[in-house]
Amino acid sequence: MFPLNDNGMVSGLLCGILFGYVLENAGFGSPVKLSAQFKLTDWAVFKVMFTAIVVAAIGLWLMRLGGMLKPDSIAVPQAALASAAVGGALVGAGFAVGGYCPGTSVAGLFSGRLDALVFVVGVVLGTIGFAVFYGAALKSLKAAWLIAEGDTFTDAYAIPEPVMLGILGLALIAVFNFGSWFERRGSGTITAQQAVEGAR
Amino acid sequence: MNTSDKQTNPQIRPFWPPVVAGFALGLVLLLTFVLSGHGLGASGAATDLVAGVGLQVAPEAIKANSYLGPMVADGSPMGSWLSWEIVGVAIGALAGAFMAGRFRVQLDGARSVGTPKRLITTLAGGFLSGFGARIAGGCTSSMGLAGAAALGVSAFVFLALFFATGLIVSRLVKGV
Repeated sequence: MFPLNDNGMVSGLLCGILFGYVLENAGFGSPVKLSAQFKLTDWAVFKVMFTAIVVAAIGLWLMRLGGMLKPDSIAVPQAALASAAVGGALVGAGFAVGGYCPGTSVAGLFSGRLDALVFVVGVVLGTIGFAVFYGAALKSLKAAWLIAEGDTFTDAYAIPEPVMLGILGLALIAVFNFGSWFERRGSGTITAQQAVEGAR
Repeated sequence: MNTSDKQTNPQIRPFWPPVVAGFALGLVLLLTFVLSGHGLGASGAATDLVAGVGLQVAPEAIKANSYLGPMVADGSPMGSWLSWEIVGVAIGALAGAFMAGRFRVQLDGARSVGTPKRLITTLAGGFLSGFGARIAGGCTSSMGLAGAAALGVSAFVFLALFFATGLIVSRLVKGV
């Protein structure tokens, strides 16, 4: 019965190596490729993310249906919506300005990008900054707009899981169609050649 | 290294198509859930690093800090699952880049916006990202990706604001 709840070194290394390998092969070590998402000229970020979300969500659902996965055994982020909104906005701003997010900056650094190293330093400084300023204001932000009923759509709004998966599937189709339409109108997606040559 | 704009370098292999990369990422995420009980992450490794190094350098300050203190109550968080996962991300990305001829040491963005500006945009971007991830309790990986796959409400709020703010800010600042 899964999950194994294995939080050891080998489990971490294995998942990380696969994660890093896929990120790099998707082109997500390149800040040119990543920031092109917000210029709407290359939709790889959302195409890859939405595909992954749907694949993993369906996989988890099927495993629960088949009795291979214990119900309510998977970590879900707390439905603290104010902090999710403010944090999402800041990570989005950081992505637009710096060209990375925390995970992709590691992929960027290990495909040779020194600007990604500076981004990593920024992430560490931002973390220290948060710890220094962590007080009444940040605590109340984290506690604001909290859904007491539960963290998932099923628990919070009584939306059945298959319905949510259907909505996500439709969103995935929309992201691919909408994104490809934008890509055809724009200057083309960022190729590996262009990414390796760097921003110009 | 070839400097011509148009010339293609056969040593540089193309990226995977988004549908292939997305499917692979989904399977990796599913494997992670099945093995560990939680999803992939990234920014939390920076927290573990700050708390762990801080515990060596300034133990009293770390223990007294209201955010980091509780995290070091049971000892250093260095060596956590997440810190090993990030070491793995580094290895995996390095392998991917090398195997496809895409490893190149460079300050990406230096040519487009200039070295001084690029250093500032990437440092500022990292700071915003690190600070924001601690507010949300996760970054694009753990909140946006893993949280959404677990059908968490906050993940979709995070993604919506991530996208909206990124769209606006990328029109105001050219960072790369």
